Amino acid sequence: MSDASYLFLDKLSLAYGKTIAVKDLDLNICKGELLALLGPSGCGKTTTMRAIAGLMTPSSGRIILDGADITRVPANRRNIGLVFQSYALFPHLTVFENVAFGLKLHGLRGEELTRRVEDGLETVGLAAFANRKTPELSGGQQQRVALARSMVMQPKVLMLDEPLSNLDARLRLEMRTELQRVQKESGVTMIFVTHDQVEALALADRIVVMRDGAIEQIGTPEEIYNSPVSSFVADFVGFENVFAISDGRLSTKDGADIALAGTLPKAKGLAWRPRAIELGTGPFTGVVRGVSFAGGTREYVLESRFGSIKAEADAKLPGYPLNSELAFDMPVAAAAPLQRFG
Amino acid sequence: MTQRLFAPLTLLLVMIFLIGPFFIIVAASFSAGETLAFPPEGFSLKWISKVFIVESFRQSFAVSMFLAIGGTLSALLLGIPASYAMSRYKLPLSETVRFMVSAPIIVPGIIVGLALLRYFVIPIGLSITLALFVAHTALVLPYAVRVVSASLANLRSDMEEAAVLLGSSRLGAFFRVVLPNIRGGILAAFILGFVTSFNQVPVSLFLSGPGVRTLPIDMLGYMEIVFDPSVAALSSLLAFLSIGIVFAAERFLGFSRYV
Ligand SMILES: Nc1ncnc2c1ncn2[C@@H]1O[C@H](COP(=O)(O)OP(=O)(O)O)[C@@H](O)[C@H]1O
Ligand SMILES: [Mg+2]
Repeated sequence: MSDASYLFLDKLSLAYGKTIAVKDLDLNICKGELLALLGPSGCGKTTTMRAIAGLMTPSSGRIILDGADITRVPANRRNIGLVFQSYALFPHLTVFENVAFGLKLHGLRGEELTRRVEDGLETVGLAAFANRKTPELSGGQQQRVALARSMVMQPKVLMLDEPLSNLDARLRLEMRTELQRVQKESGVTMIFVTHDQVEALALADRIVVMRDGAIEQIGTPEEIYNSPVSSFVADFVGFENVFAISDGRLSTKDGADIALAGTLPKAKGLAWRPRAIELGTGPFTGVVRGVSFAGGTREYVLESRFGSIKAEADAKLPGYPLNSELAFDMPVAAAAPLQRFG
Repeated sequence: MTQRLFAPLTLLLVMIFLIGPFFIIVAASFSAGETLAFPPEGFSLKWISKVFIVESFRQSFAVSMFLAIGGTLSALLLGIPASYAMSRYKLPLSETVRFMVSAPIIVPGIIVGLALLRYFVIPIGLSITLALFVAHTALVLPYAVRVVSASLANLRSDMEEAAVLLGSSRLGAFFRVVLPNIRGGILAAFILGFVTSFNQVPVSLFLSGPGVRTLPIDMLGYMEIVFDPSVAALSSLLAFLSIGIVFAAERFLGFSRYV
């Protein structure tokens, strides 16, 4: 991450006809970085990737790659890789021919071609499948072919659209480590799209949280996880209890506003993870409306003056039965202050 | 009980009605007699072999082959890009174009033939061969567009984008990725077009002229003068050719998937 700006999106706006999908996006990506674009469905992640790849012309703004303005460079001369969510393999070609496709277009032939393709297949663990037709492969294997097909081109940037969302839970974990390994070994600048915060947190060097075609927050996984700037990010990364602050008091959805002990920080809102709610003692009372066992912990849903509160307690402690009344506390010190609300 | 009998009986009658004449024609073509008759008088191969000797049959067969192959190829040459454009881009008039291109299927051949003759061939002074070629191209175009469109609909457009990102031009992606994946549909369209063109009568009837006639027209003409079993023999040969083509297509392409 020495170079501060390898890929630079400068006030990038993208539209489908009159629908504006992405608006004034500014983003700096460093060389060799593994960046996650995180956001709910429809927030413009795929659109942003397509623009970087050159499959879509921006309505305004610039894309700078390695010091050169590539905004008007056609997609086939950018050497930016994209692994599509659908993988987009060529069904009439074998695994080998799929991976060789781009190399052949760049004039590689004979032994050099074979070596590069075999290396690529080796990297993704598919050397034994070279002569298969791609429709015969499993989803996970198809994705590896798509990954190898892009990787052998030694792209300046490799992008992956929801690389894990089509895989089952076990494969997902496997592919996660694999992506990380491939990225670290090759040093390629990688951007991947996800709507799953767990994936983004686990994989990325840096996370860009997007909302409605704009960036909501950029930060390391720690920053995003611990210090969300807005209620939107807090919601998205698992702060289950998010409240606005007005006039120094906590306001809830149903209009009640509640004074908390201690002075509230200067912020627009406060957010607590279920873990930050203290059960058994405290100034507030709630009724247990839901209990579920989650291995190491028990998760509670409490009905209280704040509305519904999600809390969590060590499963080794004795549990609180359903419909029992319970004292609890929401310590201000354990809350994340939010700079923006709504 | 009656219903149980009724359904297979109906089916049987329909089958007899559809396929029966075919057996009569085949039987008649092996006749040893001098006129077209059923039941045939004796057995011989002389009418089958006569088909290959009659000069006008040979000429009109060549014309029909040229029209079926040439007309279908040119229909595909027009139909593939048209289908591609209509499936990939939201064109303002694509529904109108799709409808217009299908018109020759809906409009009776007699009308198409007469219209072509009166408003196209006569005013322009087109040669008969060229007029037939244009007419057969137009007749086959609907099948080309339909069948090719159907196979394009199953093809995702991100495959082409993947090819472009790997360094291919848009046109290159079409040839490297799109064409190979719709070749089954193209072959199916070709066979369908070939058979349609080869069996076409009404349009060709209006456009045939001295020296240039398609095989079906020639057969009609021949029958008006000579009523021997050679026409039956020729019909049988053509029917077996069609059956052979369709079977081969089904066997090697899974033809029925496309039609
Ligand atoms: N081909 C398209 N035509 C029109 N609107 C589109 C198209 N693709 C995406 N959009 C719109 O653009 C916005 C962003 O979409 P997208 O980038 O696909 O979101 P994401 O990948 O984050 O789920 C959405 O509101 C979506 O409806
Ligand atoms: Mg998407």
